[in-house]
Amino acid sequence: MKDLIEKLTEDFKISDVVYQRPDLAFVTVPKGVAISLVTELRDFEGFSHFVMMSCVDWIEEGKFQLLYLLHNPKTKTDVGVKTFIDRENAEMASAHHLWKQVWTYQRELKEAFGIDFPGSPRVDENFVVEGWTEMPHMRRDFNTKEYSQNTYFPRPGRETNDPAEYMRKKLYPNEPITAKKQDNDK
Amino acid sequence: MTIYAKLGYTLLGLLIVLNWGFLMGATFRKIGARVAGRYGIPFYQPWLNLLKNISTRTTITHGVMYYIGPVFRLTGGIGLFLFMPMVFTGTVDGPWTNFSFEGDLILILYFQVFGMLGMALGAGQGGHPYSAMGIARGLAQHAAVELPLTLAFISIAIQFDTFSVYKIVAAQQGGIENWVLFTNPFAAATIILAMLGAMGHSPFNLVKAPNEILIGPATEFEGTYLGFMQSAGSILHVMEAVLFMNLVFGGASNWIELIVKTFLIYFWSVFVGMVFPRFKIEQSVTWFFKVPLLLGFLAIIIYSF
Amino acid sequence: MSEKDMNDKVNEMLQRSEANVKKAEKSFIHPEDEEREVVAPDGSIIKVNPIYDYFSGEKPKEEKPCSGIIEKFLNWARAESIWVLGFGTGCGSIEIPPLVTPRFDMFRFGVQMRPTPRQSNAFIISGYLSVKTLKRVIRTYEQMPSPKYILALGSCTINGGMYYDSYSTINRLDKYIPVDVYIAGCMPRPEALLAGFTKLKELIKEGKGEKANEYARNFDEYKANQKKIIKDWNMPDYNW
Repeated sequence: MKDLIEKLTEDFKISDVVYQRPDLAFVTVPKGVAISLVTELRDFEGFSHFVMMSCVDWIEEGKFQLLYLLHNPKTKTDVGVKTFIDRENAEMASAHHLWKQVWTYQRELKEAFGIDFPGSPRVDENFVVEGWTEMPHMRRDFNTKEYSQNTYFPRPGRETNDPAEYMRKKLYPNEPITAKKQDNDK
Repeated sequence: MTIYAKLGYTLLGLLIVLNWGFLMGATFRKIGARVAGRYGIPFYQPWLNLLKNISTRTTITHGVMYYIGPVFRLTGGIGLFLFMPMVFTGTVDGPWTNFSFEGDLILILYFQVFGMLGMALGAGQGGHPYSAMGIARGLAQHAAVELPLTLAFISIAIQFDTFSVYKIVAAQQGGIENWVLFTNPFAAATIILAMLGAMGHSPFNLVKAPNEILIGPATEFEGTYLGFMQSAGSILHVMEAVLFMNLVFGGASNWIELIVKTFLIYFWSVFVGMVFPRFKIEQSVTWFFKVPLLLGFLAIIIYSF
Repeated sequence: MSEKDMNDKVNEMLQRSEANVKKAEKSFIHPEDEEREVVAPDGSIIKVNPIYDYFSGEKPKEEKPCSGIIEKFLNWARAESIWVLGFGTGCGSIEIPPLVTPRFDMFRFGVQMRPTPRQSNAFIISGYLSVKTLKRVIRTYEQMPSPKYILALGSCTINGGMYYDSYSTINRLDKYIPVDVYIAGCMPRPEALLAGFTKLKELIKEGKGEKANEYARNFDEYKANQKKIIKDWNMPDYNW
């Protein structure tokens, strides 16, 4: 694992390497070489299985972090390739030519985060929500509670309780709160 | 006997047959429930279902053939009833022989297919995209059932030298040893096996099974049309049982005997259905083309010489 | 008509349909369902509007119940023969299979499952409803023959339950379709469902199972609520 990543470090400008487990490592590369690194891993290093692709919204830094997780069925090792892209006008090179299932992941990311993958087949179609007209719903600045309250006719009189507190009041109203319990509460 | 008395007896007979069909259907559901360890529906559920279906307030239509489908099916059942002698009373002009005449066996063969064809026409206009597939499967299985059944009928017709069901019943009177079951065992065996398909219970109920390509041809039918089809199904079940009773098991000399015999004939198919799981269409078609068809040919060959 | 005229006409049509496709990308309606003109094999031009050609689109009407003892008798039959549509909309549909097993056995109460909306008169909304499912639920509900009843299962249909702040699940079902019986719980056990069926039977026998008429009476209000959240309304307004 270490040898492999050290071998690739120079060519692909790998910066931030995390060895999570003996068989799992994450590397961070610039946006431009991410797809090349994924291709290299697939074609020459035996990482032929595409596990998944996901996205993290780093709203404070104004970035999206994309993750391509690959698996090598022979050595039973995984490598996650991370890359940062801009949050404004988010766009990433498409990897649809490497695996067909990438189509669906990119379609999902387009819908949920609004990241465009030019050239990816069917990327503009609906994935989960139909007829969505607001901002992409998985972005962190989308206020889902406010949207729900404005849209879905909330029923008045709804109360929210802390389950532990509520059960103690309901079931054991006379029992004094012991020191141990207070510790637990903290 | 005047024609009015005859008509009265026929209508009364139809009423008895309809209710007996409903009761048999409920008993079938009840037996299924007991086999599964459940309590099951109340015995009066089919009447309630009919009432509920008739009392739906909105109905949709897909055109004239859509209406005619259930009517054809009901006509098939009633037609089968009209030309079938129910109870043997010693004379063809008697009270419960309906409009039986020379050659009614051939007419009955036609009426058996009539309902299925009506369903095909109605479902074809129903707008359900898979109804054509359901109908094709139904007709394929029906043809496979009819072939051995018809061979057995012809064998019995050759044996007694008549196409009249009434005369076939009359020839079997005078003791259990005169029944076709013992005088023509190959034809009887063919009918007993092919009967399973004609009754349409498991293992041969893929055609009308719910959830197999939805419900098959009946998907679009609702309300009164569905009530029609359920009534027709009940009448058809009883009439098939009466037909086999008349041909193989010596007919009936009173209503009690008819009810006992049709119950046993019907529940032969029900109990087989409780034990065996559902066949695919290609499996059921090949099943009918093996043993029943062979027995049918044997029955014909033996009585041809 | 000469061959050249015919070709010109076909080209014109093609251009127009391309324009339609471009327009449809914004309007959520599939280009095949757009209102447009087509050239028949004999050269004549036909206007088609697939959404309204295939469905009636007519508004539902209030159906007056029969009077007095007849309606009572029919209501008794309806109450004792409830045919439930086999359509599980959420997690609660897992509570329905136990009902047909020996332990709970809903058949003894006259409750049976049907696989098609045309033949069923009760609809169990089993748990949370996403907007995507609500669209299918409305279409299915409108296909059922009147009188029809709705049992709403679980707290999600009452006030949103644990998904009250979700962007894709509705909070109150009765804003979109009329509900006869609410069964509270998360999830209600099969016994609660049986109790709900018993309650529904009581309501029907008392002549209170007229929610289909209520839907017809307040049709515009319900439609407005439905259209507020179903943004890609690409079906007729009423489609039985």
